Amino acid sequence: MLDRLIYLLGGLQLTLALLVCSLAVGIVWGLAIATMRLSPWRPLRLFAFLYVELIRGVPLLVLLLFLFFGLQGVVGRGVQVSAFWSAVAAFGLCYGAFIGEVFRAGIESVDPGQTEAARALGLSAWQTMRHVVLPQAVRNVLPALVNESVSLLKDTSLAAVIALPEVTQRGRLEVARTYETFEVWAMVAAIYLVLTLGLSSLARRLERGQKTVVHTDHSHPQPA
Amino acid sequence: MSTPIIRIRNLRKSFGPLEVLRGIHLDVAPGEKLVIIGPSGSGKSTLLRCLNRLEIPDAGYVEIDGIPLDDSRINLDRIRAEVGMVFQRFNLFPHLTALENVALGPRLVRKLPRERAEAVAETLLRKVGLAEKLHSYPETLSGGQQQRVAIARALAMNPKIMLFDEVTSALDPELVWEVLEVMRQLAQEGMTMLIVTHEIRFGAEVGDRMIFMDAGRILEEGAPKEMLRSPQHPRTRAFLERLLG
Ligand SMILES: Nc1ncnc2c1ncn2[C@@H]1O[C@H](COP(=O)(O)OP(=O)(O)O)[C@@H](O)[C@H]1O
Ligand SMILES: [Mg+2]
Repeated sequence: MLDRLIYLLGGLQLTLALLVCSLAVGIVWGLAIATMRLSPWRPLRLFAFLYVELIRGVPLLVLLLFLFFGLQGVVGRGVQVSAFWSAVAAFGLCYGAFIGEVFRAGIESVDPGQTEAARALGLSAWQTMRHVVLPQAVRNVLPALVNESVSLLKDTSLAAVIALPEVTQRGRLEVARTYETFEVWAMVAAIYLVLTLGLSSLARRLERGQKTVVHTDHSHPQPA
Repeated sequence: MSTPIIRIRNLRKSFGPLEVLRGIHLDVAPGEKLVIIGPSGSGKSTLLRCLNRLEIPDAGYVEIDGIPLDDSRINLDRIRAEVGMVFQRFNLFPHLTALENVALGPRLVRKLPRERAEAVAETLLRKVGLAEKLHSYPETLSGGQQQRVAIARALAMNPKIMLFDEVTSALDPELVWEVLEVMRQLAQEGMTMLIVTHEIRFGAEVGDRMIFMDAGRILEEGAPKEMLRSPQHPRTRAFLERLLG
């Protein structure tokens, strides 16, 4: 029992590495997507809109398989495509779209009077964004961002299909070794549950005492 | 009249099919206190907002302190720094303290080091009677206090002209006087002020001139007390009667 727990928790390092790297990519890419969605330049808006539509229309599992096996097929047998970085790319590209929508909603949740006051003082468009709009937007989106992290954490289990030995893959290996399906999968589920409950309680703490909170779902966006 | 500090010729602005400003001609002298009255929707806010280009006019000519207000970035930056604006809903930055709100413009636009900018901010907050509230966040301040911070914030850019857009309309009645008091003091110091207000008595007291706007035009202008006593245009008369009861 304890041996099994230790073995499964050995995958935690990889699960958390996937989470952190994918989240970093997702946040940076998400900022870019949000900027494009709000750009005065129509082609950028259209691109970002279509991108978000595309991501929402393709299952993450398929995106992951495509990036790993599909790319491997293109570059040929000689070059090894990294399973870890394929997974980070798939998760980052996917969550970049979700997080981008969160950021966009956050920026739009800031009162236009704030921008007017800043512009009237003589702040440039960039200074207004950097010193007035973004600090308020970030505060409004923090809970939604934590919720995205919870989803992402659970989705990292998909990396098992490309044999990355994170928690879920270790579960599969443990089942293959011992055939104790019920016990193993219950333990794997419990590990994820503990992690996500921790993150959710963080989200609730952030949400408390906050006036404007942005909520998002993973449904399709408004056209650009 | 000395050389006007604001020169407005045939200013026009529409929102879609709605003509909001239909040819405004107006000169404002340095140091003048111009009071703008008129029914809601007559274009008073739009007129003020055209003066710092929060709205882009469709046609006409605006010149501020000799600088034409056009598409040039340089002119716009100079004009925004010369024209301070105070809004009906304060629009303080909620994530910054009173001191930081006031210091932000000098820091970012005038490039003052933080300590210098905050020294300027502190002086101004003292001047508007908020020496005790330097480190308070806007949500902990009353409406009157927030509006006084907003006035200090605009003054921190050391503007030559101040625009006031119904700055007491969102305040509880008992908090109006403290804001008017600050404006009165500013008027005495010789600031050029454009004041959109429904506080007619205050307008008559501090104003050098009053204009009545209706449906995008200036229908009547004159000395405030004179205008209140004997309005010429029937619409001015109707408006004042409704306002004064
Ligand atoms: N950004 C805008 N878009 C569309 N209509 C606007 C906009 N701003 C103002 N208006 C309209 O223009 C008219 C004049 O507005 P405003 O200048 O705010 O009048 P006032 O300040 O005298 O009440 C109103 O009918 C208002 O609804
Ligand atoms: Mg108005």
